[in-house]
Amino acid sequence: MATRAPARKALFTVAVAGNPNSGKTTLFNALTGASARTGNHPGITVEQRDGILELPRSGRVCLIDVPGCYSLNARSPEEEVAINAILGRRGQQRPDAVMVVLDASALERNLYLLLQVMEFDLPVIAVVNMLDTARDDGLDISFDALRSTFGVPFVGTIARRRQGVDLLCRELDDFLGALPLRTGSDWLWSPHSSLSREVDALAPLVGEEVSFNLPSERSRRAFAFWLLSSLHRKSELVVKPRLREAALEARQRLKGEGLDLDVETIVPRWSFIDAVAERIVRRDKPRSQRTERIDSVLTHPLWGSLFFLAVMTLVFQTLFSWSEPLITGIESIFAWLSSAVGGALPPSLGRDLVVDGVFAGVGGVLVFLPQILILFLFISILEGSGYMSRSAFMVDRFMRRIGLHGHAFVPMISGFACAVPAIMATRTIENRRDRMLTMMVLPLISCSARLPVYSMIIALLFPADEVLGPFRAGTIVLLSVYVLSTALALFAASVLSRTVLKGQPQPLLLELPPYRLPEPLTVMLALRDRAKAFLATAGTIILVATVVLWVLLTFPRVEAPAGVAPELAAASQLENSYAGRLGGFFEPLIAPLGFDWKIGVGLIGSFAAREVFVSTMGVVYGVGDVAEIGDRDLREAMRRDTRADGSPLWTPLTGLSLMAFFMVAMQCMSTLAVTRRETGSWGWTVFMLAYLTGTAWLMSFAVFQLGRLAGFA
Amino acid sequence: MTLDQLEIGCEAELLDIDCGMILRPRLMEMGLIPGIRISVIRVAPLGDPIEILVRGTRISLSKGDASGIHCRTT
Repeated sequence: MATRAPARKALFTVAVAGNPNSGKTTLFNALTGASARTGNHPGITVEQRDGILELPRSGRVCLIDVPGCYSLNARSPEEEVAINAILGRRGQQRPDAVMVVLDASALERNLYLLLQVMEFDLPVIAVVNMLDTARDDGLDISFDALRSTFGVPFVGTIARRRQGVDLLCRELDDFLGALPLRTGSDWLWSPHSSLSREVDALAPLVGEEVSFNLPSERSRRAFAFWLLSSLHRKSELVVKPRLREAALEARQRLKGEGLDLDVETIVPRWSFIDAVAERIVRRDKPRSQRTERIDSVLTHPLWGSLFFLAVMTLVFQTLFSWSEPLITGIESIFAWLSSAVGGALPPSLGRDLVVDGVFAGVGGVLVFLPQILILFLFISILEGSGYMSRSAFMVDRFMRRIGLHGHAFVPMISGFACAVPAIMATRTIENRRDRMLTMMVLPLISCSARLPVYSMIIALLFPADEVLGPFRAGTIVLLSVYVLSTALALFAASVLSRTVLKGQPQPLLLELPPYRLPEPLTVMLALRDRAKAFLATAGTIILVATVVLWVLLTFPRVEAPAGVAPELAAASQLENSYAGRLGGFFEPLIAPLGFDWKIGVGLIGSFAAREVFVSTMGVVYGVGDVAEIGDRDLREAMRRDTRADGSPLWTPLTGLSLMAFFMVAMQCMSTLAVTRRETGSWGWTVFMLAYLTGTAWLMSFAVFQLGRLAGFA
Repeated sequence: MTLDQLEIGCEAELLDIDCGMILRPRLMEMGLIPGIRISVIRVAPLGDPIEILVRGTRISLSKGDASGIHCRTT
């Protein structure tokens, strides 16, 4: 069942279907405005939106935005969403009517979906959108011919300019007012006689087995036909066993007769469309060459590559550095709030909970918003303009080599800033396997939160005057970390794509739509939806985890003897806390990596955010809150620290081992929270945690033990 | 001949598609059926994929997949 809020109180439900790039979302937004909300289907990564449209006579109408598709046939659970939404199958709301949005500039290709939806005998209203593009292309569309051929209402719109939207509302109002309507006419085309016979035989079983919206004999035949064209032995589609077996046997019989089922289930619809297309669409001047002209520059080997690099650099630069003032702003607001509230209240546990737990948690959630919004602003513009599919066209060959989809490029680039928005950005990858694979390797890309940890270790262990050739040793170490982490991410992708997520990346079958200006309302709503989606699910998990972490680091309380310096009291408090004890408990586990309990506590604390490791070290070493990474007191205290045998704890080898651990380990609850939200599964979230942290342990172990064998202390 | 061998800017008539159980019906549902006219617009800078034009729609397709699309120049 769907994990969505219960159905909205509306008198009618209308499913809005259409091909990708038909302007369906723009029309949907023009109709429902800000009322749209987004929900996730469980188990799969497809989102569904719905929104409310108020009509004078019909009242509240709930519109459901069906994911864009060229056909209702499904070969994967993701593709199954479209038919489920139209038929009200698998916990979906059952629509009273279906609105099919057609791209006027590619009308014949779009008519295929309309024809298929009409087979299900549901009330259908058709919208011919983007009439302006069609006119620029010299196309003249006859609405009379459309109405007489298909026998359903047709309305013409230019959704991005709101033209025809009011007319569409009136037509829809009349249409819903006339329900239930009995069309009663038969399919507009006829299948091969053997196929027809199997469909007739299967239809009664469909009637017995299913309870969703199949109102008539004709619609049951349509579902039987859908089964015969969609199902195959290894199919993951959810169909009742008896029906599935019967459909597979029928397919077998038809194949035995020598029928090519792909051809027989698809080509007759095209034959019908091609026969009527001449009457519907006329071309009175040659096609516009605008998109071709733009493409000859933007996909040019030299200019196109330069443009691509410039766009990606802009995305990277904005996320990595230009978002910094916003992030710092949010951090200082919360720092100010904490000190204001902390100063106003008497010292107590409640005050600490509010300041160090709740405020820190809320701040820790909000701090992600700038990067999420900036990244999705870019993505919406790239998608809305048509450049996104061009970027995949440019890099697909390279990405495919490492087992990733061309659309994984933008998320991977974003990963250098932060894995949280990057994981959300994998939404542009349609196929589940390709998307999972990208999400699973994204945390390996060195995000900006790791930089303070690397810097602290480098400042501690590789003095600024230590040089290798013309470079400072620290610079070389840092550069190697970045190169190595990128290589590791690509390596992990190729390993996972051969093991856990076996299979080829989805064949690149991308439409390269005409270039358009991105539509502001659609961009705004996309940003709002992403922010809401993040705050609602991931945000809640992050907030709860921050409070839990605060409890671990704060309890049980110990009374410091009078006269002890507050820094030392804090250090002994932390040592006695649950986290401190956990650090001690885990010490045997991390000792082979060269870590002691203090580093263990730091690792636990860094789940809030990796850079917290630095301030935890400040508390552990009794130097108080460390504002600066290069804090001298902290550095001195760490350098003085020794192991039980008297040898120094913080040797370059310990540092390298710790850097190797941070490079790989899943040390970030926000990433886990957003992975949980985007995969819809705790299983994958735990897998991510386990495989990354396991690999990190092995890497650190190898670094430390091999280093010791090689004679480094 | 197959679609990947078609020269840029040339038009051909599609004869048959022979590229896997997933891709074949998908292509056909997008309107690539026997008899339709199809042309290659360009090749990506890295040499793969290619961009084709069919029914007024530009589609990007890998060369490997295009080699399963049989066509004949007219």
